[in-house]
Amino acid sequence: MPLTSDKLVIAGREFDSRLMVGTGKYADFHQMVRAIEVSGAQIITVAVRRVNISDRSKESLLDHIDLKKYTLLPNTAGCYTADDAIRTCRLAREAGLSDFVKLEVLGDEKTLFPNNEELLKAAKVLIAEGFTVLPYTSDDPIICKKLEDMGCAAVMPLGAPIGSGLGIRNPYNIQIILETVKVPVIVDAGVGTASDAAIAMELGCDGVLMNTAIAGAQDPVAMAEAMNLAVRAGRLAYRAGRIPRKLYATASSPLAGLIA
Amino acid sequence: MNITTNGEAVSIDPLTVQQYLVSLGIDPRRVAVELNMDILPKAQYETTLLKEGDALEIVHFVGGGAPRG
Repeated sequence: MPLTSDKLVIAGREFDSRLMVGTGKYADFHQMVRAIEVSGAQIITVAVRRVNISDRSKESLLDHIDLKKYTLLPNTAGCYTADDAIRTCRLAREAGLSDFVKLEVLGDEKTLFPNNEELLKAAKVLIAEGFTVLPYTSDDPIICKKLEDMGCAAVMPLGAPIGSGLGIRNPYNIQIILETVKVPVIVDAGVGTASDAAIAMELGCDGVLMNTAIAGAQDPVAMAEAMNLAVRAGRLAYRAGRIPRKLYATASSPLAGLIA
Repeated sequence: MNITTNGEAVSIDPLTVQQYLVSLGIDPRRVAVELNMDILPKAQYETTLLKEGDALEIVHFVGGGAPRG
């Protein structure tokens, strides 16, 4: 397996980077732009919100993002019903330039866990309308399989609750999901630090999506670089094929020629 | 005449959607508009005249990734 060509392919579109980053929670646009640059990400998530009609003084996010360089992935963050999520996706398609949407339908405010019933409903409608749907879902192989079967372009199971920084809490479920579906598996949510991202990639995930882990770090730009390296290191280690875990030692120096 | 924009009651002169957006200082290419709950394609901004009682939603992209981010 050549290690040189290793593109992430989503719905026929190729990406060199396997790290996707959000654009929320940064101190200012300058910090956000620097962090995104250093992360190496090519896909960035954005939210859809009402324009403030009484105060037009604020700068627009799109003034700071080079749309030739990045693929925007509008999300439906904050939607709690299929109808709200569908409406948000339609607006996003009209405001943006592509059919890519990160579909999130949340269950409650405390956990921000997905409401999978509403998620499946929304995914069905959006796919029928020609959207390329990337759904944020529980780390549940059965739901992931259903999402794949209905035509989602990828599945995005959570590693842990959004913004929690708890890391990959159930690597075994992620492993089963990887064995169950053929579409890209992108861990979305839960990453706290670089090793979490590396673990996701070492498991064989096709990508990792994060926002808070970078934007909420003491130094977001430095953390963005750490995440860039971690995702690449984890991917490379996965492709290189790790040694099996063994309980006892195996000498790495030859036993022949010992002086005693 | 009176319309509702992003949930707020506003009073405006008769205008097209395009003219209204420009009057608000909004770049029409950077937003999406819903007129009475239906998406209004950008190509129709110039030809759609706002009517009494219309409800508009004007949205754009903001930083996000996490909810309420």
